Amino acid sequence: MSNSVLLAIDGSSGGERALQYAMERAKLGGAKLIVAYVIEWSQYSFNTPEENAERHKRREQEISRATETIVQPAANTLTEAGVDCETVVTHGPPAETLVRLAEKHGVAQIVIGRRGQSGLKALLFGSVAGSLIQTSPVPVVVVP
Amino acid sequence: MFRFMTAFLAMTFLALPAYAGFDETINAATAPIASAVGAFVFFKIPVFGAQLPLVVLWLVIGAVFFTFYMGFVSIRGFKHAIELVRGDYADPDSPGEVSHFQALATAVSGTVGIGNIGGVAVAVTIGGAGATFWLIVAGFLGMSTKFVECTLGVKYRQENPDGSVSGGPMYYMKKGFEERGMSGFGKFMGTFYAIGIFVGALGIGNMFQSNQAYVQLNTVAGGALDGLGWLIGLILAAVVFMVIVGGIKSIARVTEKIVPFMAVFYCFFAIVVILMNFTSIPAAIGNIFHGAFTGAGVQGGVIGALIIGFQRAVFSNEAGIGSASIAHAAVRTPEPVTEGYVSLLEPFIDTIVICTITALVIGTSQVADPNFAGDATGVAMTSAAFERQIGWFPIPLAFGALLFAFSTMISWSYYGLKGWTYLFGEGQMGQTIYKLMFCAFVALGCMVQLGPILDISDALVFLICVPNILGLYFLAPIVKREMTSYLARLKSGEINKKYSH
Repeated sequence: MSNSVLLAIDGSSGGERALQYAMERAKLGGAKLIVAYVIEWSQYSFNTPEENAERHKRREQEISRATETIVQPAANTLTEAGVDCETVVTHGPPAETLVRLAEKHGVAQIVIGRRGQSGLKALLFGSVAGSLIQTSPVPVVVVP
Repeated sequence: MFRFMTAFLAMTFLALPAYAGFDETINAATAPIASAVGAFVFFKIPVFGAQLPLVVLWLVIGAVFFTFYMGFVSIRGFKHAIELVRGDYADPDSPGEVSHFQALATAVSGTVGIGNIGGVAVAVTIGGAGATFWLIVAGFLGMSTKFVECTLGVKYRQENPDGSVSGGPMYYMKKGFEERGMSGFGKFMGTFYAIGIFVGALGIGNMFQSNQAYVQLNTVAGGALDGLGWLIGLILAAVVFMVIVGGIKSIARVTEKIVPFMAVFYCFFAIVVILMNFTSIPAAIGNIFHGAFTGAGVQGGVIGALIIGFQRAVFSNEAGIGSASIAHAAVRTPEPVTEGYVSLLEPFIDTIVICTITALVIGTSQVADPNFAGDATGVAMTSAAFERQIGWFPIPLAFGALLFAFSTMISWSYYGLKGWTYLFGEGQMGQTIYKLMFCAFVALGCMVQLGPILDISDALVFLICVPNILGLYFLAPIVKREMTSYLARLKSGEINKKYSH
């Protein structure tokens, strides 16, 4: 069994708590962390011609912004703590993409923060952690 | 500021009666220009007593040629097109780029416009029920033309230094001909097309749309807006202005998201109306086939019905005009021909599905009551057909027509602008001039009668499709080569489904 863990972060405080939790665990067990940030995106959306023409440019911008402001700082924290890590920034439907990443990297576990949405909001927009639990091939730890 | 606005509005409304004759003045001034332009560009050849406009002949010959040349890709590639749109072949390693679905959706909302609601009614009024048949045939043939132009649009698009992409006929002319060692001719054709699209955008994608949106609003208002076309025109122009000049992109984004739902909503209720008229369905379908081959009761007989059907189909699905290839060019794919396949679905959705549904709504109403719409034509006629069964429908229809018109205008302002920047560069000043001109024509569209607008728009369409189809003939072998190679790799399994469903 592999000793790597997929850590999903989103720049929220829930993501921050997940990072802290995963870091402590990884230090204890010597696991490698795959730090993933999924930029919410669907291939089935409706855009204006202008948005489409500029999509490629925007995508690069989105990726570099997420990398610089969220993922890289997290990776730095981990490295300083002596935890081995790798980073991924990608677009897609969050839960589905995390499952795909988990399979691709053959991780033993997924760690994700809880957003703590209210009932109605979760009902309308769904919860990433919720659908991840239903579809993940590996155990999921939801950090409150 | 607020006080100023109120005063201004009050003044505007007080001035209304005085300006009610304004539309007539504009109308009287433009009608002779329109017919002169129409007669000049829109040369007609008499065929068996009917008037065959050259532009229609030109488009039909092109569409028939591409249908055969590409080996009926419209039928054989249909299933593959759906698989591509579904994302079956999407590369899972580069998500976040423009998908096939997104490119298609954008192109479709540019084409699904007033033509689908009002244009069909015009076809049936002038060409009889039989025109519907030829409309469908034209839609089918147009699928192959789209296939060719959209493949080229992606293959020869330009990646700008800032990371954005520009594509469309002007680019495939320039680069495609260059590849064939005819760079001088390619440059000429590219320029010719660019002029065509930026001038042409003012007709089909602008005046025709705003005119019909106004007509439907007026119908719903029970004629209360008679003579106030200029006011509605100014309001529409102001909204378009806010989006394209003012940069309030959120309006366009919202429209883009509502339009697909409006289209589904429209089709749903159209089918409801057809089903409510169910006793008339067999007779309506009978009339379509009967009219198509006998031309009963139509001036110019079969040929008359055929011409009108083809003309309105082209107007609606824009196959051969090349506009859609500008929208499709934004897709990210290693295989340009895949976007060609996807674009097949555009005339299918637009003409074979939506236009046919509209035609059946009108056709079944006509069977039940030949004089159901009085002397109304265009959008007003379609509206009357709906109203017979669903009394409140003209109101959402007016809203839908307005949105369809609006999204088509926004798309076309972009197409026209691409022609403009191809010619004059990316300079902000020039772009603003073009955009202002575009807004002015939106307003003008509401002030002029449908007849002259159709004349001008048809003439402008001619201007766009002459260079485009001419270019397509030369470049079609490139598309065929791409297609053959792609199909071979698909068959050998070199290209396979990335996602399994």
